[in-house]
Amino acid sequence: MKFDVVIIGAGLSGLAAGLRAAQFDKRVLVVERHSLWGGLNSFYKKQGRLFDVGLHAMTNYMAPGYRGPRIPLQRLTRQLRIPLQDLDIVPQHVSSTRFDDCVLPWGNGIESLAASVERAFPEERDGFARLAEALAPYPDAMNDRPWVSSRARMQEYIRTPLLREMLLAPLLFYGGAAAHDMDWGQCAILFNSIYREGLCRPKRGMRPFLKMLVDRFREAGGEMWTRAPVERLVHRDGRVAEVVVKDRPAVQADVVLSSAGWPETEGLLEPERAKPPVRAEPGQLAFVESIWVLDRDPAEHGYDDAVTFFNAGTEFRWEAPEDDIDLRSGVLCCPNHYEGTEEPSFFAVRATHLAHPRRWFEFDEETYRTRKAAAVEASRRRVEEIVGPFGAEVHATDAFTPRTVHHYTGHVNGAIYGSAAKRPTADIGLDNLFLIGTDQGLVGIVGAMLSGVAVTNAKVLNR
Amino acid sequence: MNDQEVRQIILDIIHDIAPDEDLSDVKPDVRLRDQLDLDSMDFLDIVMELRKRYKIEVPEEDYMELSTLDGCVAYLKPKFEEKGIVAASA
Repeated sequence: MKFDVVIIGAGLSGLAAGLRAAQFDKRVLVVERHSLWGGLNSFYKKQGRLFDVGLHAMTNYMAPGYRGPRIPLQRLTRQLRIPLQDLDIVPQHVSSTRFDDCVLPWGNGIESLAASVERAFPEERDGFARLAEALAPYPDAMNDRPWVSSRARMQEYIRTPLLREMLLAPLLFYGGAAAHDMDWGQCAILFNSIYREGLCRPKRGMRPFLKMLVDRFREAGGEMWTRAPVERLVHRDGRVAEVVVKDRPAVQADVVLSSAGWPETEGLLEPERAKPPVRAEPGQLAFVESIWVLDRDPAEHGYDDAVTFFNAGTEFRWEAPEDDIDLRSGVLCCPNHYEGTEEPSFFAVRATHLAHPRRWFEFDEETYRTRKAAAVEASRRRVEEIVGPFGAEVHATDAFTPRTVHHYTGHVNGAIYGSAAKRPTADIGLDNLFLIGTDQGLVGIVGAMLSGVAVTNAKVLNR
Repeated sequence: MNDQEVRQIILDIIHDIAPDEDLSDVKPDVRLRDQLDLDSMDFLDIVMELRKRYKIEVPEEDYMELSTLDGCVAYLKPKFEEKGIVAASA
C-alpha cells in the first residue's frame, strides 16, 4: 500500500499533522498502537466515569474575538481551519504557585502574575516587567538554537532566588524534559503559553475534543489504523522504504512523520544504524499521578485553584528523585475550577509528583501494587495540606506510574516529556523521516499540534 | 468570469482561513495585510488553497501580485479564464 504520508501515533501532533496534510489532498495514513487516540492526552472510562488522561490544563488560551500579535492557538485554528468555538475551551479561574508560606496566585494574562509578584516581592516589580518583555517573542518552532540556561538568564532580571524558583517551577513541571534547568527558548514558549496566554480546558473534556479532530481528519479523506503498532521502519539508501505494521500489509510512503519519540523512532529502524547522527538519550523525568473522585467540590474546603504548583522549602529540585516519588513538590489540579466546565460530571482533584524513572519497572507485580498504593496514600496526605482534609470524601481513586505511561506511549522510562535532547529541525538523518510532537520540542496540547502542523508544512506540503 | 467573481473567490478563501475576520468592507485597492489580520503564513495558505481548489499555481516570485484584491483580479483572472473556470460561488 502506498501513501503520501504515514504518521506514527494518533496523539495530538499526529492528528494535527494528519489533518493538515489531508486537507491539502495528501493520501494520509495514521497508525496508532492503541485502540484509542489521544496519546498522552487521551481518555478512559472506569466505573462509569469518564476520565481525561494527564490533563491538568490546556495552555495557550485565546479568548473569542482576540486581537493582537499572532499567538499559537490562533495560528493553529487558522492552519487547521477549525473555528475557535469548535474547540469549545473554557478559561481557568485562578492558579497559584506555593512555596511554603509564599503564595503567588495568577490568572490568565501577564498582568495578573505581575500584580502578584509586586505584592509579594515589591522590589522585583521592574525586573519582572523586563523579564516578561524579554521572553515575549516566541522562538521559531523549527530552528535549531544553542542551548542557553534559563536559570542563568533569569538572574539578569530577578535578584531574589525564591522568586526565580517560583517562576520557573510551573514551566519545568509543564515541559522540562531535562533535569535542573531548561533552555531559554523553551522558557519563552512556556512562559507565554502558561502565564501570558494562560490556562484553559476543553469544556467537555478530551473525548469530544479528540473526536472533533478525528472526524475532521476522516472527512478530509485521512485513514487511521488503530491497534496497529509499527514494528519496523525499513530503510535503505538514506530513506525509509517500508513501514512494517503488525498484522497489516506493508506500507510505503513518500514521507514518514513519527511522534514515537527520538530514541524510540531510532529503535524502530532496520537495519539498526551503527552511528545515529546524534545520540538521543531517553528522558529521566517521570511522574506518579493520582486522581481522587470526591463527593463535593474541594472549594468547600476553601480550595479554589484550577492548578497549584507547590514546593517545600525555597529551592525547587527538578531531578529524578531517589525515592519512589518526590513528595516535596508537585502539581495539584481540580478540573472543576474552570468557567462553565461541564465535564467531568463529578468532582475531582489530581496530584502529580516526580517519580523514580526506573524503579517502577523493576518491581514484581505484587510489590508494584503495594508501592503504588503507598505512593497514592502519601500523595493524598501531602496535598491535603493544601486542599484541606478531603480523605473522607473520596469515592474512587485511580493512579498512573512511569510503567503505565510506558505502556500507553512507549516512551522509554515512561518519561512524559520524552528525550532530554530535542530536535527542532525534526531531522534525524534520513531523507523522508521526521519527528513530530514532544521530541521535536513543543509540549502540551497546543504545542504538540503546532509541531505536527509546522513539520507537515515544511516536510510534506512545501517539499 | 468577471472581476467581482474573482474577488469573491479570494474572499471565500480568506473566510475559510480566518473565519474571525470581518470581510464585509474590504477595500479592493488597499493591501489586504493593512486591513485584515493576515500574516505571511496566511498568504501561503491562500496560495495553497488556489492550487487545491482551482489547480492554479502561483510561483513565489509572484506572491506580491496578490497583495490587494485589485492585484488578485489582475493576476488571477487570466489564469482562471485560461482554465475555463466558471465561478462557483458568485
